Amino acid sequence: MKIDLTDTTASKINKALVQGRRAIGTPAVGMVLTLVIVTDEENAYDALRAANDASREHPSRTLVVIKRVSRSPRNRTSSRLDAEVRVGAEAGTGETVVLRLYGEVVDHAQSVVLPLLLPDAPVVAWWPVNAPLDPAKDPLGALAQRRVTDTYAAETPVEELNARAKAYTPGDTDLSWTRITPWRSMLAAALDQVSCEVKAVEVEGEEFNPSCELLAMWLADRLDVPVKRSLSSGPGLTAVRMDTSCGSIALGRSDGALATLSIEGQPDRAVALKRRETAELIAEELRRLDPDDTYASVLRYGVDRLTAAAAPAEPPAGETADEGTAAAGASEGAAAQAPAKKAATKAPAKRAAAK
Amino acid sequence: MTSVHGANPLRDAADRRLPRIAGPSGLVIFGVTGDLSRKKLMPAVYDLANRGLLPPGFSLVGFARREWQDEDFTKVVHDAVKEHARTPFREEVWQQLIQGMRFVQGTFDDDDAFERLRGTIEELDKAQGTGGNFAFYLSVPPKSFPVVIQQLKKHGLADQTEGSWRRAVIEKPFGHDLRSAEELNAIVHEVFAPDQVFRIDHYLGKETVQNILALRFANQMFEPIWNRSFVDHVQITMAEDIGIGGRAGYYDGIGAARDVIQNHLLQLMALTAMEEPASFDADALAAEKTKVLGAVRLPRDLGRGTVFAQYTAGWQGGEKAVGYLQEEGIDPASKTDTYAAIKLGIDNRRWAGVPFYLRTGKRLGRRVTEIAVVFQRAPHSPFDTTATEELGQNAVVIRVQPDEGVTVRFGSKVPGTSMEIRDVSMDFAYGESFTESSPEAYERLILDVLLGDSNLFPRTEEVELSWKILDPIEEHWDGHGRPAQYPAGTWGPVEADEMLERDGRSWRRP
Repeated sequence: MKIDLTDTTASKINKALVQGRRAIGTPAVGMVLTLVIVTDEENAYDALRAANDASREHPSRTLVVIKRVSRSPRNRTSSRLDAEVRVGAEAGTGETVVLRLYGEVVDHAQSVVLPLLLPDAPVVAWWPVNAPLDPAKDPLGALAQRRVTDTYAAETPVEELNARAKAYTPGDTDLSWTRITPWRSMLAAALDQVSCEVKAVEVEGEEFNPSCELLAMWLADRLDVPVKRSLSSGPGLTAVRMDTSCGSIALGRSDGALATLSIEGQPDRAVALKRRETAELIAEELRRLDPDDTYASVLRYGVDRLTAAAAPAEPPAGETADEGTAAAGASEGAAAQAPAKKAATKAPAKRAAAK
Repeated sequence: MTSVHGANPLRDAADRRLPRIAGPSGLVIFGVTGDLSRKKLMPAVYDLANRGLLPPGFSLVGFARREWQDEDFTKVVHDAVKEHARTPFREEVWQQLIQGMRFVQGTFDDDDAFERLRGTIEELDKAQGTGGNFAFYLSVPPKSFPVVIQQLKKHGLADQTEGSWRRAVIEKPFGHDLRSAEELNAIVHEVFAPDQVFRIDHYLGKETVQNILALRFANQMFEPIWNRSFVDHVQITMAEDIGIGGRAGYYDGIGAARDVIQNHLLQLMALTAMEEPASFDADALAAEKTKVLGAVRLPRDLGRGTVFAQYTAGWQGGEKAVGYLQEEGIDPASKTDTYAAIKLGIDNRRWAGVPFYLRTGKRLGRRVTEIAVVFQRAPHSPFDTTATEELGQNAVVIRVQPDEGVTVRFGSKVPGTSMEIRDVSMDFAYGESFTESSPEAYERLILDVLLGDSNLFPRTEEVELSWKILDPIEEHWDGHGRPAQYPAGTWGPVEADEMLERDGRSWRRP
């Protein structure tokens, strides 16, 4: 059921929610969290669809905050809030409110969202695109226990990672980090099978994909060895090669679905490692709402290295690195992280809603 | 080559995104052509793989009499997975699994077949890197247990070499009385060490059952009243709406009490009544469950404290159902119970004087399993009796299946000018607050077997204690007349209602 409200307020929306629930005959509320999606009109549809899919695992109240662009001075001074309340089949297993903000109220979105949060339940904020530089300080981010950003959608992902590291507050997390959980778990499982020491690592993946950097930083952080990042044409991550005291271990995936695990002295094995949909990523994010310390440590590692090591040359693009050169190439510069550019470059400012 | 979690630098307890993945291992299923295997085990293996919880190179070996090739076996698994798996079918996951699938053809007394099985396992160790770690799932009739176990021993399949493990997974029934259970345990333990034997009670793999412990011990508001000072009595019900179906051969002579009360209901009772374990590990849990099962006291007069019954012809949910004695393959003079209700006491400080009523049956009103903790009435009510006429006793009900959740029942004022108090219920539904697709019990249990985590598996002592509780009751029933009768589709015989009436109580309608 769908209720449209034009030029409305939070209290009218609350009333509509109760009315909607009554109308479909389910007055009980079993929702476990409030998910606030902050987005523009362009990305709202996809984000909401992913959230609705994820709500099958985590019934939630989803608030979609759409900041509309004002194109004239008159529009900017007047202010209006429109809402679309969806309950029942149209809203996954929870409730959805799509909020469209016009004019001045765009800068005061938190005043609309605050009264609509579920009592006593955790709040998660998600920016599918255009995440603020410091999510915890953002007025909407400040309402949330957990703040989900996505550096993959950024113009210059690596610089954005730097910014994330600087602004990190417990509760921050990034979908680029979520994307590599299957890789991390498979690599950990691979090391379960052998007991030898890792000497050097190479992470290969497409350019402008911060997941590769995050995976490289995680490996460097945990293994304390030089990690080399090299480029390929994708899709996504394509390979991780580890040079260990008992030969090489490689996990390669060229088609974005089925990977091959090769451990020296053992037969090659196929492992499923499919790139996941946004809905699955969000569902994973919502599973744990406590601060992700591993992510924090990985981010922190990157920053340390990038400022300490005077940025070694960018790995030669297109070079199909084989196991032999991986260790040699990386050993000179402690840990050669990614295309490590000037660390201090200002990360891209929030591409403002109004162009 | 054990999983070296401690030494693996990529493992970190704080990294909670990384799932518990089983170490290198394989699963051998005996009786792989059976229903359980197709409907539960194969889909569970696939679902585990799909969730990324199986190690690379995980191998699945089927053992059965059928003349199958590896390809035929893969096809059967494929169909079973397509039909019964909980998670969507994905080609790449299937490609990963298929590499480690083997089929060994043979009967249980065929030495050659077991040699071939050993060869297959050795080949898998080389080809798939399973590291000699194999679990043997015995999905076979009880009478075949001893042969299979002995064959495993004879062909060296149960021998654990340096750093690898071999485990046995067995299904109920764990014997049919104390003596046979002890014999069975002796046979199994002669070959497998007690901590490598996993007895599957799939109820314990259910989320709701594990939640009993969370509800009781992670919260402050329930435990203070979880004792004789506040609890009036406890009812544990497991009802099925189906008859015995095609299981006549197995069911006749076993009956509801042996089939359900001995394992599922007594385990549920132990979890409901036990003291807080020192920690959430297998030893501590088993210690508390054993203590409470050891403290169970049978009613002094077994004739008045227990009821056994058979269903007669009737209508079940709009369908005509035949009586138990008319079912195909059942001896018309059979005394087997299809319904059993017993009243137990627990002799300890917490529960002295609080009766636990356990009942189970086939062809009852609907399929439901629940634990109802019914509280005493308020010692004093400031409202006059007309106001509270319709107020029942407060209750906490743990709904195990279906519609998993917890209900709290209490009195509330009916809106209006007069003071009238009536029962209302407050509901927590799993499906509503958490995932729509919580893992199947078998998924959890198979994973636990591969991880060697025995939290959710009853131990030898628990099984033997349960038989000690049930044996005198079965003996009494054997010597005392015929079972009572109840029409199919009702909530059991009047004798069971009378049993509670004598105590001034009544059964809940679940």
